[in-house]
Amino acid sequence: MKILVCITHVPDTTSKIQFTANNTKFDTTGVQFIIGPYDDYALARAVELRDQTGGTLTALNVGEFETEPTLRKALAIGADDAIRINSAPKDSFFVAKQIAHYAKAGGYDLILMGRESIDFNGGMVHGMVGELLGMPSFSPVMKLEIEGSKVKMAREIEGGKEILEASLPLIAGCQEPIAEWKIPNMRGIMSARTKPLNVVEPVSQETQAEASSYQLPPAKGEVKLIDKDNVKELVRLLKNEAKVL
Amino acid sequence: MSILVYIEQTEGKVKKTSLEAVSFANALAAKTGEGEVVALALGTFSEAELAGIGTAGAAKVLHVTDPRLSEGVIQAHSSAVAQAFKKVGAKTLILAKSSLGDAVAARLSIKLGAGLVSNVVELPNTSSGYLVKRSIFTGKAFAEASISTENKILAVKKNAIDLKTDGAPATIETFDVSLDASDFASKIISTERATGEVLLPEADIVVSGGRGMKGPENWGMIEELAKTLGAATGCSKPVSDIGWRPHHEHVGQTGVKVAPSLYIAIGISGAIQHLAGVNSSKNIVVINKDPEAPFFKAADYGIVGDAFEIVPKLTEALKAEL
Repeated sequence: MKILVCITHVPDTTSKIQFTANNTKFDTTGVQFIIGPYDDYALARAVELRDQTGGTLTALNVGEFETEPTLRKALAIGADDAIRINSAPKDSFFVAKQIAHYAKAGGYDLILMGRESIDFNGGMVHGMVGELLGMPSFSPVMKLEIEGSKVKMAREIEGGKEILEASLPLIAGCQEPIAEWKIPNMRGIMSARTKPLNVVEPVSQETQAEASSYQLPPAKGEVKLIDKDNVKELVRLLKNEAKVL
Repeated sequence: MSILVYIEQTEGKVKKTSLEAVSFANALAAKTGEGEVVALALGTFSEAELAGIGTAGAAKVLHVTDPRLSEGVIQAHSSAVAQAFKKVGAKTLILAKSSLGDAVAARLSIKLGAGLVSNVVELPNTSSGYLVKRSIFTGKAFAEASISTENKILAVKKNAIDLKTDGAPATIETFDVSLDASDFASKIISTERATGEVLLPEADIVVSGGRGMKGPENWGMIEELAKTLGAATGCSKPVSDIGWRPHHEHVGQTGVKVAPSLYIAIGISGAIQHLAGVNSSKNIVVINKDPEAPFFKAADYGIVGDAFEIVPKLTEALKAEL
């Protein structure tokens, strides 16, 4: 089986979010970049499925040169080879076009990625790639088992989940608890250095909804502390001041 | 010309978030002069339920009665919405950001050649171009995205607009779509959903507990407070990781993101990953025995003290008031 896992290169979840260049660029000063947490689940499940079924696992990222350490980490975790499509990820449509073009040529049986990137939170790329390739797409998938060409999945819905059955090939946007995150071991880290990481140029420059400027939410005011022996005061404030009761 | 709104259902009931999407479309139509708001309802609904979509601002409801569409079959829903979009000659599709909405919107973006923006927090700015404000970095910032295509799709975040409740009943038309076997190739075998409770992602009030609750046996007081308020219950990631509460209650960066009017956090320290899931809440109350808990910095109201004393007292005080 041929598996493709698409990963994002995103700021660590504890990063301070700031913008620069007159609020048109994310400020990367002091920011540590990681494999997107949801993509990390997808990658972990992809490694398990590759080991279970045999076959190959390719990790893909749409990004500029600085994302290569993130791809190397995916190789250390267990991908067999990696591909970097050499462009900043301009919008969901742009990224989906690149992935679909590459995936079509590669003839993958299963394409996994995170449910969403944790920077833009769009959660749209898997569905777009699915439609571009004429494959079914599912997200957010919290369980995925393969039995022959059948795939059994659990998809999260508001307040619960759906149990689904579909056939390969398909695309899934993943989230926990699909697999446990894998931490690369020393052997993985060593072998990642020599695994192939190929760079290809983007197939199109087309975008549809690119971000042009950024802003931070207004600063939160000081918390109003209420004495623990006077909870009635909290009820009064919620009712008369916040007007939420 | 008209604006199409994709309606989602839970067991025959129109989802409140879909009604918010209708209200958003109504306000958008008033702003841009895009004509009337047409809602598309898929699957089995009662007449009254469909007419009720009018109160949120739809002039017309197109009803596809195929009962197979009562379930959220992603491929089939995408095909049905695309057909309706073309039929009514819409240029804009509005829907609520949700598990199914996201999955359907992404496919529609390609089918319709429509620029798509998700997590939309306010009406677009159309004074020059088409600028859409969206939440990014899990609520920690906003971006303005510029849609360059003629067809457009906006997936609207909860609380982006006040729900309109004074619209006239909508006229209902049956609408036929042509779906083939491939649209239903994937099968929903079963659905498990918390019943008789308020669903967390859609709740107006959320009461969450953290490790400070010391164990699952102490959740009774959280549930009692939630019940008194008509609220959903949530929890922090450690709590769902240990298995004190189910995964679908996990609120945070990698769990459910909530945007209620009121979020009450009990015994949760306020790690940055948890805050990422709640920072779109309109009001935050924090109850924690540690005055240094970082959550107090993100809170509107706080009580420093023992949750086991405060929560039952708060429930009593609310019962007396409500």
